[in-house]
Amino acid sequence: MVKQVPDIERVRFDLETGRLDRSSAEGVTNPFDLNALEVGVQIKERLGGRITAISMGPPKAESTLRDCLARGADRAILLTDRRFAGADTLATSYTLACAIRELGRFDLIVCGEKTLDGDTAQVGPEVAELLGVPHVSYVEEVVAFTHEGITVKSDIGRFHYIYELRYPCLITVTKNVNIPRLPTLRDKILARKARVEVWDAERLSRVAEPDRFGLKGSPTTVVKVFSPLSSGRRGVILEGDAEELADRLLNVLREVGALKMERGNVD
Amino acid sequence: MKGTEHSGLMVFAEQEESVIHPVTFELLGKGRELADRLGVDLSAVLLGYGVEDEAFNLIRHGADRVYLFEDRSLKEFDAVRYKENIVPLLREVKPSVFLVGATRIGRSLAPRVAAALRTGLTADCTDLDVDEEGNLIQVRPAFSGNIMAVIRTRTRPQIATVRYKVMKPPEPDPKRRGEIIRRDVKVVEDSGLRILKKERVRGVDLTEAEVIVSCGRGVKRREDLVIFKELAAVLGGVFGSSRPLVDCGWVERERQVGFSGNVVKPKVYIACGISGSPQHLFGMRDSDVIIAINKDPSAPIFNVADYGFVGDMYEIVPLLVKKIKDLERAGLDRS
Ligand SMILES: Cc1cc2nc3c(=O)[nH]c(=O)nc-3n(C[C@H](O)[C@H](O)[C@H](O)COP(=O)(O)OP(=O)(O)OC[C@H]3O[C@@H](n4cnc5c(N)ncnc54)[C@H](O)[C@@H]3O)c2cc1C
Ligand SMILES: Nc1ncnc2c1ncn2[C@@H]1O[C@H](COP(=O)(O)O)[C@@H](O)[C@H]1O
Repeated sequence: MVKQVPDIERVRFDLETGRLDRSSAEGVTNPFDLNALEVGVQIKERLGGRITAISMGPPKAESTLRDCLARGADRAILLTDRRFAGADTLATSYTLACAIRELGRFDLIVCGEKTLDGDTAQVGPEVAELLGVPHVSYVEEVVAFTHEGITVKSDIGRFHYIYELRYPCLITVTKNVNIPRLPTLRDKILARKARVEVWDAERLSRVAEPDRFGLKGSPTTVVKVFSPLSSGRRGVILEGDAEELADRLLNVLREVGALKMERGNVD
Repeated sequence: MKGTEHSGLMVFAEQEESVIHPVTFELLGKGRELADRLGVDLSAVLLGYGVEDEAFNLIRHGADRVYLFEDRSLKEFDAVRYKENIVPLLREVKPSVFLVGATRIGRSLAPRVAAALRTGLTADCTDLDVDEEGNLIQVRPAFSGNIMAVIRTRTRPQIATVRYKVMKPPEPDPKRRGEIIRRDVKVVEDSGLRILKKERVRGVDLTEAEVIVSCGRGVKRREDLVIFKELAAVLGGVFGSSRPLVDCGWVERERQVGFSGNVVKPKVYIACGISGSPQHLFGMRDSDVIIAINKDPSAPIFNVADYGFVGDMYEIVPLLVKKIKDLERAGLDRS
């Protein structure tokens, strides 16, 4: 599952209203989703199989799917419809889960850890729940895979866990899982001509309840946004030569009790 | 919300090896405050094996009632097994709000619970409030910490995951009494997932440090890091960093402070050569005292600093280290 997100490094924010100007930056593929695709490509290289890339988003997200085709996906599906718009994570997960149902049997779903814009890390586990399959989040390493299942390492709590999952299942992967390969020029050219299937709400009518799509199917709403910078606490600003500043800083550290000797035994 | 049968708040009590994750106490503290304002109950749900003592601990931290699920199958966290027990409980007890720590365990579990109940889930909240009608007002960062969003949920329960270390843990009250309700466990024999191995994660823990000395892109060469590591050492603190130094491989990832690293809350945070991007501020703005050294007087870090030093850290920090050492030597001579 891949999503196109605004380029966070470039996007412009209006710090007064906290709103972002989506037209100020190009859409890019969510970086973690490239790691997810790479997991699929590596499994395919050893065991065979087919990779389908799925994305829900506006029509321009097609470029992200084309990129996936160039990087090793066999099939690409873009879920786009006005009725899908305004979706929160529940409605997004529902729509993606319906599309996966419609596609039929699958072994493994790979998601990114999170998206740069939504940043919820929710869509993966919600899709797993809606499809009734187990999942492991925050996969740091794919240890092994067979035709029956996959073994992964995840640092989910205070421990490293090695999990063995049986297909069908879902994993979400961090950046540490692999280094996504770059598509070759030839693959890019081929992908330019390949077909990205576009599915609308009608296409899912066999498996879906339309009331659960988009804004209608979204229980959460953003009522307001604001800038996090408004609550600053600018204190004293000191200037001078280095000697002077070092003395002042020493005094500050003594005052706030930061010196080891004043905090007692810390070693 | 008026006219619905959902009422009260419930907190998910996260434990590993029978140790409650401290975010749970923070949630109980906030939950207590909101419950008292609304005049409703605060409960907790605890799953595990051999964790009964901890149930009392939850009561001492503010819970009126603890629903306890104890079984060998729940000894280790398994999102499917946990969900199979929590979802029926939420259906029966019908709390209006269900709070989960935004730890990796919480962020793996909460979406499954929310999807099963077809209810809304807000991730990674940094503040919570309620309005007169009992609706939960959820505040969370969006777009990688560049903006904050206020979110409402129209379905029940309203589920939210909440960041660790943004809320204050309550003082435990040993005299507090409450009710422990043992529940029959639904045992899932095969959840499709097996733990083959488990080993402790080692390494530095910035989140527990009292003093942190961090540096950023103001550092010119890798060799220069020792200057700042030495300051951390003489203060008995921990060395941290902004993201660029981690990305270029100079500093280990677990030392990164900020939105995609650690959120820290030390007594003293010293930022050297860090400009103060929204993503960095996100991770340290709640430190008790913030000290910044930067040669650019317009650097945004000064907007959150209690003490800002405008100057060259390459000159100031070595001088400071020398002065601290002199002072300590003098102190030792005296004793
Ligand atoms: C999705 C996302 C997540 C991110 N997550 C994080 C995160 O978790 N943590 C994080 O830190 N960043 C994060 N970033 C990156 C963030 O946007 C900034 O790029 C980064 O914090 C800048 O680091 P810096 O302050 O060290 O560098 P710069 O912004 O380059 O600042 C360097 C500062 O050093 C000062 N300086 C230079 N020389 C000296 C000297 N000799 N003495 C004193 N001062 C000097 C300069 O005046 C300047 O202010 C994230 C970005 C994105 C898009
Ligand atoms: N609109 C979408 N289309 C396809 N996949 C998505 C979409 N939104 C989220 N995902 C997947 O779910 C992961 C987590 O996203 P999020 O819950 O938004 O942080 C992403 O890395 C993607 O793999």
